[in-house]
Order: sequence, then C-alpha cells, then structure tokens
Amino acid sequence: MGDLRIEARRLCKNYGPLIAVDELSFEVGAGEVLGFLGPNGAGKSTTMKMLTGFLAPSSGTALINGHDIVDDSLAARRCIGYLPEGAPSYGEMTVRAFLQFVARVRGFEGRGAMAAAESAIERLNLHSVPEQPIETLSKGFRRRVGLAQALIHDPQVLILDEPTDGLDPNQKHEVRRLIREMAEDKIIVISTHVLEEVHALCNRAMIIAHGRLLVDDTPAGLIARSRYHEAVTLVVDQPERVASVLSELPEARKVELREGELTVFPRQGTRLFEVVSDAVRAHAWDVRELRLEAGRLDEVFRQVTREEVA
Amino acid sequence: MSGYLAPVSHVMRRELSGYFSTPVAWVFIVIFLVMAGVFTFYIGDFYDRGIADLDPFFTFHPWLYLFLVPAIAMRLWAEERRSGTVELLLTLPLTTWQAVLGKFLAAWLFVGLALLLTFPIWLTANYLGEPDNGVIVAGYVGSWLMAGGFLAIGSCMSALTRNQVVAFILSVVVCFAFLLSGLPMVMDLFSGWAPQALLDTVADFSFLAHFATISRGVIDLRDLVYFALVITAWLLANTILLELKKAD
Repeated sequence: MGDLRIEARRLCKNYGPLIAVDELSFEVGAGEVLGFLGPNGAGKSTTMKMLTGFLAPSSGTALINGHDIVDDSLAARRCIGYLPEGAPSYGEMTVRAFLQFVARVRGFEGRGAMAAAESAIERLNLHSVPEQPIETLSKGFRRRVGLAQALIHDPQVLILDEPTDGLDPNQKHEVRRLIREMAEDKIIVISTHVLEEVHALCNRAMIIAHGRLLVDDTPAGLIARSRYHEAVTLVVDQPERVASVLSELPEARKVELREGELTVFPRQGTRLFEVVSDAVRAHAWDVRELRLEAGRLDEVFRQVTREEVA
Repeated sequence: MSGYLAPVSHVMRRELSGYFSTPVAWVFIVIFLVMAGVFTFYIGDFYDRGIADLDPFFTFHPWLYLFLVPAIAMRLWAEERRSGTVELLLTLPLTTWQAVLGKFLAAWLFVGLALLLTFPIWLTANYLGEPDNGVIVAGYVGSWLMAGGFLAIGSCMSALTRNQVVAFILSVVVCFAFLLSGLPMVMDLFSGWAPQALLDTVADFSFLAHFATISRGVIDLRDLVYFALVITAWLLANTILLELKKAD
C-alpha cells in the first residue's frame, strides 16, 4: 500500500455563492489522531465528505495514500473507513446482515465477509444484538454499529464525523478507548465540537471556521495559547486585599477577581506559581484553594474563532 | 462474479431483502394480484368474451403500473437521502452507476416476481381453452419490460427529492406522459407547429404502442431496443441527478 498519509491540496467547496471550504491544505501522517474543531457550519463535515469521496471538491484535491480522491476515487475509498455524521445505517436490517453487506461491497467474499462481520461484532461488543434490526437499537448501539462498519476492512485511514455525539459518558469513554487502541498504525481524523475530546483523544488539532484553517497545533500547544496558561487561581478570605498585594508582584501581569476566585496572570516567562505560594506563606493568608491553571481550551476556541469573525 | 458486477449484485440483494423485511413487499404483491384479478375478470370481461387469451389481463397492465410502480420506486433514493444512508452507500468502493443499477434491478426483479405470481390467471385460460402460450409469454416479457421503463422513471424522480410523496407524484406524472405520448391529448400539444419528424418521435415514445406490439406476440427487436434505451437513459439521468443532488 506504500506510504500512509492524507494530503489535502487547496481543497475548496462552494454551494453557489456560499463558500463552505476555502483552500484547505494539510497533511496527516501515520499515528496521528487529528481532531477537527470548529463551530457548527465551519466546514468540518464538508471536508470529511470530500476526503471520503462523497462530495466532489469545487477545486483542489486530496490524496489518500497517494490515491487522488477525484481521479482515483474508488482506490482512495478502499483505504478509508468512514462514519458519517449521525451514523446512518439501514434500519430494517439486522446488525449482522448490515455488516455482512458492507463487508461484501468492500470486497470480502463468502466466508470472508461473514468472518469480517463477526470480528467487527466482537470488537465493538455487539454480540448481544447481532440478530436485532438496527432501528430497534439504542443510540449508543447504533453508533457502535456505525463504527463497526467503518472498521470492518481494517482500514488504514479512519474518518469519523462526531463519533461520540449524543452518547452517554460511559459510551463516550468506551468509544474513545477503542479509537485510542487503534491509533498506533493508522491515521484517524475525527471531528467534534466537544473540546475535552481533543484532549482525550487527539495528538493534533485543527481549528476550522468559515472553511479556513485557523490553527494547527498539538492539544498542549493549543492550551498554551490560552491566557489562563500558567495562571494561578486562589480562593481566599478577603480576596480584595490579597488582590491588591498580588498585583504589586513584578511577575504578575494582571489580577482578576471573578465569582470569589482570584486569578493572577503571569508575565511572559515567569514562574508565577512559586512566587504566589511564597507570598501566601509570607502573609499567612487563609487559603482554601490554590491551583496552577493549564489553560482553557474553550477560551482558546472562542478567542480564535471570534478573531476570525471580527 | 466478475469484478464490475459484484457490487451491483450486493446492492441488489440488500435492497431485495429490504423489501421483504418490511410490509412493502407483501402489501404490493397482494394489491397487485387483487387489482390484476379485478381488472381481468370484471372490467376485462375475461369469461364472457369467449376467447382463450390473456388480452383482458395485459390490456390493463399499463394503468396498473402507472400507480403501483411509482409506489415501489418512490423510496429508492428519497429514502436513502432522508435517512442519510446515501452517504454511507456512496462512500463504499462502488460507483454511483453501480449503486443505481443495483437498486433498480432489485425493484425490477421484485415487480417481475409479482408478475409471475399472476400465473393462476394463465392456468385458468389454459383450463378453459387452448390459448396461444407463445403470445402469453411475449405478453409477460412486454409487461415486464414496460414495468422496467416505469421503474427507471420512478427511480430517477426519486433521486430528485428526499420526500417520497413528491417523488411518487412526479413519477406518476412523467409515466403518464410517456404512456400517452402517442395519443391525441399529448399529440395535440405538438401538432400544428412541430415538424413531422418530431411528431413521429414523440409518438414513438409511447409505452402503449411498444407494449401493444409485444403483447400481440410480436417480439420485435425495435421494441426491445426501445425499452432498453428508455431504461438506460432514465437510469443515466438518475445517476447524474444523484451526483448533483446528493449533498442537499
């Protein structure tokens, strides 16, 4: 199969005057779990639909393992397992029949198709429901059926559009575990608007808005962009008095008091936490809580996507 | 199974089994058989004519198909688009044409099965007299081909919309136009201004005329080619429409 990579080259999609995806270029390599982030309507799903060959790009193209999605769509599709948004499936079919159907269209024959379906059933813990019509299953099970069909041919590239949307916390946990297990020798692209997901799953994140790539970074790098990164938050008695003392510190850029929590923001390159804890000791303040902030993803997300709007 | 036809056959088999896992198949077959019987024996005067043939049976097929075939065809693509499975199907490694063909063939085989189940009428004719069974076989072939034409139109209309009712109405209208294109009510629209060549072409599009020749027992290559072309053209239009509309 050669090299394992996705290469998007100036992908564009417009619907009449509306530009859904605007000159999107990026590369993804083996072992990467890439999270597409972005507000609703940002072009995440449209990008995935183009990568999987459902929509033809208005201009530009992408290569999946070297196969052009426009000129060699079928070969590109063979490398991909795809979970469309909402995990659609044929409701009147049983889980087993549905998976066998997908396996056959994907080129498994006879016993091979049955074996592939059974192993997907095994892998996604569907063995309690293989003979049930899919439409009678709960949302969590249906999502798992969708994942099972995406995995059935052990694809090198997995594209999952909101794989955990609408699942309860236990189901989310399970789906994430599964994705992490597979990540090693594949490329996985997921879209989500749940920010914690990026932290839990991805080793790379792209924020997209209005069809344009705004940020391409690791989740840690993304968090480091937060103004809360390395800030110190305290809960103390008499916060106003403490605030005025802390704002005098040369390492503190700014102090904010919000809902009883006092947050001190550091100047560039200073180690604020140690300074603040020294100050706490020196003044013998009655501190109930003291913590170092890692950064807040949702704040970075808002900041980045809002800049775009402005 | 050769490489190109394998996906067609998988799609076809999935679709066919879909008919039988919902009430659609049974409802259609029962209604089709009852209607065929009513038309033949009551309206068609099967007994009183005193002639042992299936003319009264076949004569009503175009009108039976006009409503029943769009009912089968309306869900072909509208349903896939409404439920989102079209995205699943068309990102599997098969071409849109293969998917269109597979689903069409499933519906066509299904109508063929319903048609075969009318065999008691044929048995009756043979019990009562000595009909020309060659003509009857030709009638069945012609009827099935005509059903294919209706189905191809219905499949194409079904790709236009995600609403099955709209798909049904559109197909009935287009099928009706095709059915009648040799008759005065359609021809009057064209005569007077259109050149004779166009008039002949329009008249030649009539399902009724082509079906009539076949069901008289004359299997003319021209009629077979006609139905093959009609089916292919509508399925091609179906494929193109689907490519254009699948994202909406």
